[in-house]
Amino acid sequence: MNIEELEQIAESVRLENGKYDHELNVCMDLACVSQGSDRLRDALVKAAEASGKKVRIRRTGCMGPCSSGPLVRVDPEETLYHHVAAGDAQAIVSSLGGDPVPGLQCDLNEHFDGQVRVVLENAGHIDPEKIDDYIARDGYKALLTALTEMAPLDVIKQVTESGLRGRGGGGYPTGLKWGTVSKASGDLKNVICNGDEGDPGAFMDRSVMEGDPHRVIEGMAIAAFAVGAGKGYIYVRAEYPVAVARLTTALREARRRGLLGNNICGTAFSFDVEIRLGAGAFVCGEETALIASIEGRRGSPKPRPPYPAVSGLWGKPTLINNVETYANIPPIIRHGGKWFAAMGSERSKGTKVFALTGKIFHTGLVEVPMGINLRQIIEVIGGGVPGGHTFKAVQTGGPSGGCIPAEMMDLGVSYDALMAAGSIMGSGGMIVMDDTSCMVNVARFFIEFCMTESCGKCIPCRAGTAQMFTLLTRICTGQGAMNDLELLEGLCATVKETSLCGLGQTAPNPVLSTLKYFKNEYIEHIAHKKCPAGVCNMQASVPESPLPVSPFEVLE
Amino acid sequence: MPVFTPPPLPSDDKRWKIVNGTMRKNGFARHALIETLHTVQSSFGYLDEDAIRFVARSLRVPLSQAYGVVTFYHYFSLKPPGKHTVTICAGTACYIKGSDKLIAAAQKRLGILQGQTTHDGQISLMTARCVGACSRAPVMLADGQVAGEVTCEQVLAQLERWTVE
Repeated sequence: MNIEELEQIAESVRLENGKYDHELNVCMDLACVSQGSDRLRDALVKAAEASGKKVRIRRTGCMGPCSSGPLVRVDPEETLYHHVAAGDAQAIVSSLGGDPVPGLQCDLNEHFDGQVRVVLENAGHIDPEKIDDYIARDGYKALLTALTEMAPLDVIKQVTESGLRGRGGGGYPTGLKWGTVSKASGDLKNVICNGDEGDPGAFMDRSVMEGDPHRVIEGMAIAAFAVGAGKGYIYVRAEYPVAVARLTTALREARRRGLLGNNICGTAFSFDVEIRLGAGAFVCGEETALIASIEGRRGSPKPRPPYPAVSGLWGKPTLINNVETYANIPPIIRHGGKWFAAMGSERSKGTKVFALTGKIFHTGLVEVPMGINLRQIIEVIGGGVPGGHTFKAVQTGGPSGGCIPAEMMDLGVSYDALMAAGSIMGSGGMIVMDDTSCMVNVARFFIEFCMTESCGKCIPCRAGTAQMFTLLTRICTGQGAMNDLELLEGLCATVKETSLCGLGQTAPNPVLSTLKYFKNEYIEHIAHKKCPAGVCNMQASVPESPLPVSPFEVLE
Repeated sequence: MPVFTPPPLPSDDKRWKIVNGTMRKNGFARHALIETLHTVQSSFGYLDEDAIRFVARSLRVPLSQAYGVVTFYHYFSLKPPGKHTVTICAGTACYIKGSDKLIAAAQKRLGILQGQTTHDGQISLMTARCVGACSRAPVMLADGQVAGEVTCEQVLAQLERWTVE
């Protein structure tokens, strides 16, 4: 395989597509399938066959605005239909070549105008199980360019220049990480793709793996070339069976095309990828725990240093990046690091995919340039809070993040700004809350999550989160005392500073951020035994601790 | 060094051959433990003591370590599932949209707590950390079929359909 052959494949796809007058792209992502888009596709195929028109029907990955699903886009007209039922198939097919079906067409210009699509550039345009569809949209061009025209150090230079930072949430500069692994001594290096999207409320990585799996594989191959690795692993949650199936197909296709395996593109570079399944442990998103899990052990983190870049999987230098980080690599190599660095804010470059969920009009995936303010995302792109309710807060970063109140809506989204506001960028979940959400209860929800997901290796996280949960439960059931707040704050500081890994170090964030911005709600709960949002049952007795007797008592 | 011979299959149940296949594919390497346990669970529905012993011996992993891995990861179950399983997502987006009420309603109707199976072995009630369909929250999986924006009535109707069977 070489660049000319890629061009030939792309050309043959274009010729094939040219035989059809119309394309019907049907979103087959989980959200649309849950509303019957699989039946819809079958109905469209039947209707198209019966009509005798030259129509191609393609299943695609997530198009973005899931709340309007099932979605169908008609090309080349670019007409977008929403809430399409199988019964509408006949009308859609008959309308081809004429006026669009009235009543089904949707106007989502405001939703799409503010977005810039880099990672999601192929979303809704390719069939995820067809490698040729990906190649026709410049797929694998970046890999072959890197292999034939660039030295590994040039690749790292482009990535460094792009200013790309880890999209898994930590925000560590990607170029710097690649440089460290490339300099590490050892001939059996590994690259790992972290697809253990354990953060509840976020599904960007699932959508990328399901909708555009080759992009992740290409990014990994480029990374392996840059750092000198020969083996790759994609660690995916077992809860994402479709992503596993799509990646398996994609790997098979890539091997068949000679884009993975020995001597790729006739060069000395050999690389292959294996899939490893997670088994439902949030802590496995932490890199050392993830490595332990790939090695077949319990997912307990290890103290760092040594960092995985020096001693990781099987004790060899290992590069770990998130799905979205790898997905950014092919466009960076194709267009150059400077192109990427021109987007975004001063210290956070490029774009970020967010999963907008909760009390918001348009739920789904959006991709926006870094630095865009929250108001723009929530009110314009997301369409605001529905049902006449008022916006209260947005939660970013999942269980490691915090809640940002309505007053701070003009905050520009970047790693540093979110950190300063007491939250984190995280993997990109954005959960919008309105006046019907109780912030104390939200904090309790996240602490319960961290408590059950704590691996138990270090005491601050294991015992600290349990005590925080007990205190928050007391407050949420009307049995709290004023000095509970001081205890909570003290406990937060201890857990944050002394935990072994990121799970414990960030677990107090939801509590600290709600204490900072919504202290009055805590005080209402304690002083007046009232839940302003009407969520907490203040008469309930404290439920028994779900854990066995804790070895530590909170000192009064 | 003597050549390692894996232990014989526990019974002539064909599913053991599938399990053995996974281990053979990985050269009976210790790191294939989680992969193999996944195969056992997908073939048998759960992991019982015989299965854990067999896998541990085949991969030369101490039984304590194999048991440790099984109990560490939430995905692995030591109890057989019911004939039908309803899973209600308890991720953040689903929680904000009131999935706790769905769980409470299902618990009340079935008379069991989450993670348990009814006495007749008909229905298991599970919760999930997040199934990734957050944009359609709250989400229910009825025997693996995803349904979005579900109401208490829909959950109860689903349970009713299974109970009538």
